[in-house]
Amino acid sequence: MEYVIEMNHITKVFGNFKALDDVTLKVKKGEIHALLGENGAGKSTLMSVLFGLYQAEKGEIKINGNQVQINNPNDANNLNIGMVHQHFKLVHNFTVLESIVLGRETVKAGFLKKDDARKKVIALSDRYKLKIDPDAYIADITVGMQQRVEILKMLYCDSDILIFDEPTAVLTPQEIEELMKIMKELVKEGKSIIFISHKLNEIKEVADRCSVLRKGKYIGTVEVASTTKEEMSEMMVGRKVNFNIEKTDLPTGNAVLEVKNLTIKAKNSNKNVVNNVSFAAKKGEILCIAGIDGNGQSELVYGITGLMPLNEGKILLNGKDVTKESIRKKCLDGMAHIPEDRHKHGLVLDFDLQENAVLQTYYESRFQRHGFIKFNAVREYAKKLIKQYDIRSPREEDSVVRNMSGGNQQKVIIARELDRNPEIVIAVQPTRGLDIGATEYIHKQLIAQRDQGKAVLLVSLELDEVMNVSDRIIVIYEGEIVADLNPKEITVQELGLYMSGVERSVNYEKKA
Amino acid sequence: MKRKRSLAELRGATSLYAAMMAIIVGLLFGLIILLFSNSKEAFPAFFTILAGGFTDGSKGVGQVLYNAIPIIMTGLSVGFAFKTGLFNIGASGQFTFGAFAAIYIGAKWTFLPPQIHWLIALLGAMVAGAIWGMGPGLLKAFANVNEVIASIMMNYIGMYLVNMMIVKTVYDKIKNQTKPIAKSAIIPKGGLDKLFGANNLNIGIFIAILMVIIIYIILQKTTFGYELKACGQNKNASRYAGINEKRNIVLSMTIAGALSGIGGGLLYLSGSGKYLQVLDVLAAEGFNGISVALLGMSHPIGILFAGLFIAHITVGGFNIQLYSFVPEVIDIIIAAIIYCGAFALLFKSILSKKASKPVEESKTSDEMKKEDN
Repeated sequence: MEYVIEMNHITKVFGNFKALDDVTLKVKKGEIHALLGENGAGKSTLMSVLFGLYQAEKGEIKINGNQVQINNPNDANNLNIGMVHQHFKLVHNFTVLESIVLGRETVKAGFLKKDDARKKVIALSDRYKLKIDPDAYIADITVGMQQRVEILKMLYCDSDILIFDEPTAVLTPQEIEELMKIMKELVKEGKSIIFISHKLNEIKEVADRCSVLRKGKYIGTVEVASTTKEEMSEMMVGRKVNFNIEKTDLPTGNAVLEVKNLTIKAKNSNKNVVNNVSFAAKKGEILCIAGIDGNGQSELVYGITGLMPLNEGKILLNGKDVTKESIRKKCLDGMAHIPEDRHKHGLVLDFDLQENAVLQTYYESRFQRHGFIKFNAVREYAKKLIKQYDIRSPREEDSVVRNMSGGNQQKVIIARELDRNPEIVIAVQPTRGLDIGATEYIHKQLIAQRDQGKAVLLVSLELDEVMNVSDRIIVIYEGEIVADLNPKEITVQELGLYMSGVERSVNYEKKA
Repeated sequence: MKRKRSLAELRGATSLYAAMMAIIVGLLFGLIILLFSNSKEAFPAFFTILAGGFTDGSKGVGQVLYNAIPIIMTGLSVGFAFKTGLFNIGASGQFTFGAFAAIYIGAKWTFLPPQIHWLIALLGAMVAGAIWGMGPGLLKAFANVNEVIASIMMNYIGMYLVNMMIVKTVYDKIKNQTKPIAKSAIIPKGGLDKLFGANNLNIGIFIAILMVIIIYIILQKTTFGYELKACGQNKNASRYAGINEKRNIVLSMTIAGALSGIGGGLLYLSGSGKYLQVLDVLAAEGFNGISVALLGMSHPIGILFAGLFIAHITVGGFNIQLYSFVPEVIDIIIAAIIYCGAFALLFKSILSKKASKPVEESKTSDEMKKEDN
């Protein structure tokens, strides 16, 4: 069997850090080849080498059996290699058609000739069953359609080798299914696909073979059909992973956080990004807000925590009205917030670990006297957190947080928030961008909070997380709550229908 | 692990290295200009610049200290604002405003007891500078007006307003400048003039050093400084943590203004024959403060030494008039050195990039777990 891509013994070094160490990747023609690995395993680096963004120190690349030198993305394009990036690279005020032809415009005497392009795009979209509206603006179409635009863009350049970099991260289950179909269709038409992912279910469903990377090293390539998920995850992580989150049933208690008729208007328009939302998070439960990114969940949390002004509504914490309270007061009342963007809100990156550990408590008498910081107390406190929450960093409490790994940065925030012994923990995508080990740890911590009888409000885009960790799910769609579900009684597909706004629970009928 | 630690330690020293590199580049640049304008005398002149105040023995040193006072204060003002995430380009206006307040009180409020007259004048300078700094702070905090724009405008408003007020209150028509201040308003010499043999020097240098120490303590040791720095480094995280970032922006600009104002007061209360002139020119001390702050990496102690250094080469530049250099060339050389001094930050980022690369690729949590087992 001939390989379309052979990357042999690739080594890529940054400074004295080996990002790729003797990695080999061979992709057969007409297959979907999964590239599996944790964050930082070197998947993206390997693809960047293939795409000409980096040059490897050692190793060779063969395309269709011929050795090639890929110096920049243009070389890659000329070799018919195309890539759909995780974060789409589209111009929002362009139409679909304009976006597809961008960089390869058909021109006559310097004027755009869109008709030829339109014909070709429509032909491609029919052939590969990629439904698009060529005249819609990128800003107005769904994420799923944006992805189809990206795929068409590759096909428009006659790419034969398609790289999908974590394509499912932003999609609903229905859109994921659609994408899987498209991928299979593409392969049938003779394309070859490299599918980068760390989601084993998807690899299992769509890929033919799977190559695993771990910490820049090549672990092996397996036939997906004859390998179990457990085996693949062990290859990826290097140890056995427990997929089932252990959780006992708990009776729920009184409501800790009550949100009543909350409405938040968008900054620059009259649209309600959060529209008349009411719910209650009770003691001893993990309440999950599920929804596709951008449906108002971020604003909802900003509103509750005080980072964004409310237009209407009430927030009660243990029965006390905290709607008008300052962020600090809410914090003192027992609200902990693990923010969505840990670099923007959660940490002062150029402060060291100790300084970040006391970000909300530096003014308490245990850390200051007459306005002077008690440095020893702060240091001891940081040491305690490091020990208790297993925070790992090169220089312990003196580490500048910027130089710490993402998982440990997140641990700093979690340690700081949970150690305040809050009544409610509001965690927004707490495991985003983290590897399996760190994810497991954070889930355990959240469950421990719940087991102590605290309330946890979890906002997540990851369906696995939503289904496995939560005790109750409320679904948010376009700023409104559309369903209140029990994770044990529904399937991922059903959840997807609510998330994409196709269905609504009876109790949550749209008000006329 | 060992390598990592040594690199991390280097980070502290990086600032110093960077400042040294900036100075050396600046000096070499100055040397090139000297060589171009008069190659024969270039080297002797260059060494005169290097020798700075030491050429004239203790008198020269006294002169360096005297020159350093105002730029240490404006440098401190700019550096303090930098530390809290604000660019106070308005030091010039705050300086002028402070200077005017000092002169006005010094010349008019002769009813004050002579022992404290100078002190009140100096406090007046501080308050005036603070008010001038507070304006852009309020605009920034409550109307989201960029403090750079606001404080540049305040520089001009301050300058013209002060010109107008001089003419109305303490104007010396013949010389087109302010009237002399009362004797009691002159800052005490504290014997420094005799010690150094420099008439101009007074205890202002101690006041400047005291301010350096106070700012150092505020920034490094207090919760207030912690708040200010947190707001400066990451406004969003500070808000998230419940810190009142609006209040801190206003306070930060107010304090920065106060420091510049004191600088103006210290210079014009020194009784050195310096008068505030009615000219349409912004005070240079304010802009030199930016260079001092950059060269000192916004660190109070760094600013103290950066101010002394710049005063040192300024005196040195003055001394090369002995050789046949036109005064403009001297100005260009000094400017070149100061200019390159401002590149200290660039050098720092280059150095720290080199130093931090392996640290940044720090271990993933999993790797660490393995190590532990």
